[in-house]
Amino acid sequence: MTDLSQAQVRERIEQSLARRHRKEKLFRGLGIASIAFGVLAVLVLFTDIISKGSGAFVQTAVQLEVTYDAAELGIDTVDEESLTWANFTGVVREALRERFPDVSGRSEKRELYSLVSTGAPFTLRDRLAANPELLGKTEKVWFAADDDVDTFYKSLDDSAGGFRGRTSERMAGWVEQLAESGELKKRFNTTFFTNGDSREPEQAGIRAALVGSLLTLLVTLALSFPIGVAAAIYLEEFAPRNRWTDLIEVNINNLAAVPSIVFGLLGLAIFINFFELPRSAPLVGGLVLTLMTLPTIIISSRAALKSVPPSIREAAMGMGASRMQVVLHHVLPLAMPGMLTGAIIGMAQALGETAPLLMIGMVAFIVDVPGGVTDPATVLPVQIFLWADSPERAFVEKTSAAIMVLLSVLIVMNASAVWLRKKLERRW
Amino acid sequence: MNKRPVSKILASSLAVLTVAASQAAMAARDHISIVGSSTVYPFTTTVAERFSRATQFKTPVVESTGTGGGMKLFCQGVGEGTADITGASRRIKQSELEMCNENGVDVVEVQVGYDGIVLANARSAKRYNLSRKDIFLALAKEVPNPDGSETLVANPYKTWKDVNPALPNTRIEVLGPPPTSGTRDAFVELAMEGGCKKFGWIAAKKSEDKNAYKAICHNIREDGAYVEAGENDNLIVNKLVANPDALGVFGFSFLDQNSDKVQGSVIEGEQPTFDSIADQSYPVSRPLFIYVKKQHADVIPGMKQFLAEFTSERAWGEDGYLADKGMIPLPEERREQVAQNVRKMNALGNLAKKQ
Repeated sequence: MTDLSQAQVRERIEQSLARRHRKEKLFRGLGIASIAFGVLAVLVLFTDIISKGSGAFVQTAVQLEVTYDAAELGIDTVDEESLTWANFTGVVREALRERFPDVSGRSEKRELYSLVSTGAPFTLRDRLAANPELLGKTEKVWFAADDDVDTFYKSLDDSAGGFRGRTSERMAGWVEQLAESGELKKRFNTTFFTNGDSREPEQAGIRAALVGSLLTLLVTLALSFPIGVAAAIYLEEFAPRNRWTDLIEVNINNLAAVPSIVFGLLGLAIFINFFELPRSAPLVGGLVLTLMTLPTIIISSRAALKSVPPSIREAAMGMGASRMQVVLHHVLPLAMPGMLTGAIIGMAQALGETAPLLMIGMVAFIVDVPGGVTDPATVLPVQIFLWADSPERAFVEKTSAAIMVLLSVLIVMNASAVWLRKKLERRW
Repeated sequence: MNKRPVSKILASSLAVLTVAASQAAMAARDHISIVGSSTVYPFTTTVAERFSRATQFKTPVVESTGTGGGMKLFCQGVGEGTADITGASRRIKQSELEMCNENGVDVVEVQVGYDGIVLANARSAKRYNLSRKDIFLALAKEVPNPDGSETLVANPYKTWKDVNPALPNTRIEVLGPPPTSGTRDAFVELAMEGGCKKFGWIAAKKSEDKNAYKAICHNIREDGAYVEAGENDNLIVNKLVANPDALGVFGFSFLDQNSDKVQGSVIEGEQPTFDSIADQSYPVSRPLFIYVKKQHADVIPGMKQFLAEFTSERAWGEDGYLADKGMIPLPEERREQVAQNVRKMNALGNLAKKQ
């Protein structure tokens, strides 16, 4: 070996160098390929969801000339009581008959009436309630079209041609006629953001589920963050290391891996059956999700506490601080960014949960926007699940749109985690 | 000394919790609580929404728990914490009724309509023309020996043509719901058992050995010809479009909404249509029920009005809004009879006595 000439040595090194470079290239290539695969998967998912869901943000509307005829409505004055039983349906139907005067026969009329949403009378009621002087007057009002009409009109742009499905030949004719004269158009769908769930896709909205999700998360955060942080501080800074604390640590790690439905069953048994809290309430949902996110928060908080260098503690002690002062004045502020990140990731996880909520009655049809933590409510992922399961065709795009809303809430939460970390982080 | 901040935080969170809890327990329930079948869910929710709009009552909360799960919640007992109404895509079982009665619950049965179960395929393929016997032979785990002897063999049929020479030569592949689904129960009972009974010697077993009879008629093959495609019927519809050779099992309302994509197979000469299900000529249809807790009728605000809305002509009538949603109405006399029973709130006694 020692008699190798310098040239030989150089040659050998160059050979091995080439091999090592090749290996490194391959390794890098693999890394890039796996990232590319991930990006591709996300892109496919997003394009699919966005292409399916973007339609839900616009809504087909029909303009009709309505007369607030006191006789037809059956009221003399506009007050709260008369508004509840006034015959707005009759007024809407009258307006439709006037627009298409040559429609006769029962089935033909039924088809005509089904052009506009069953929510149209309530649109009128709200208008009249807001402007009582309209009584007896005539005005042009835009109404949401029925979901079948909406689906048909939107599908006209598709390459495959119009989806007739539940719209008859005659109805399609009316739709074309209205569209030509500008009495039918697509408009931004505000209903989707202002309404709760509805059986009629054109009136269904995300608001109740969004508020329900926020209330639930609020309860979860208010309980799990202080409890989690307190537990982590005690375990990390004060507790003696013995068999008991080891046991607790194993249990916490175990709980983090328990399927979430188990927490739902526990919540049903304890909060609803024993404490008799109301079903379907964000309070109970928040309690169950607290149980679920606690281990995540404790584990990440402990990691954050561990990452604070011991020199800080020692310096503070050297200055005569008590252990509590060390923790509260020095360690906790430094560990806070890590704890907050952990908490936000735990919250994001809780936001996407449906399984434990099934047991406590939050997989439910909720029309009214919840006003407090004890009102019946549902959450975003449950709303997505319920819409995905609905027969009505128009719910397909609503489902994807709801997924987009959920994703944007998640993105905001995760981005704020990154931002908080950047802002509060201290490097040594 | 050291533990003070921890215990302070703990104590304050606990205080928040107890205050919230006691407030919740004190507030009386002012909305109707409905649980039960996911098949009845679209209809109860429709009525719930219309009801709350037409009246001053709060919108009932409707949970989709499945028929069996709903019964459990419903029969738990009487009181504000329990459900007022449960939806069912089959009749209440004797065992469930007993559980209800044991817990002091008086049950009022309301049959609200019918639901058809369809066997559909993609429009790009030819429409199937089946009998219930074909369905049984194609999907049962064990079928009568093809040589005609009265014995059973493991299902040997690979293609529809093997089952019945008049059918196309495509592989048997049926996408359907899993055993936890009410749709599956009804499909097995109505289509499979309906075909199974056509064999005289199997039908004869019903009186001798009920369990053996059930095992023959209700067991679906597990060799891949029947694919459990999950509870989501929309998913099955989409899979059918992607695979024109397959058939799918789902509720009529999904066929109604997706008539541009899939077509319902003809069963015993009848296409699944609104009318053929309503007049019972289409053989695979099941009744839908809601069960009402009698004790709650006068206690929970709006119960009577809700039931009146559900059983009104504009809801469940032939031209009612529930028909629009895909529920098949009962015949007129039956509607009147049921509505009257609801007004009187006649509780269900023994199941064997009725019908």
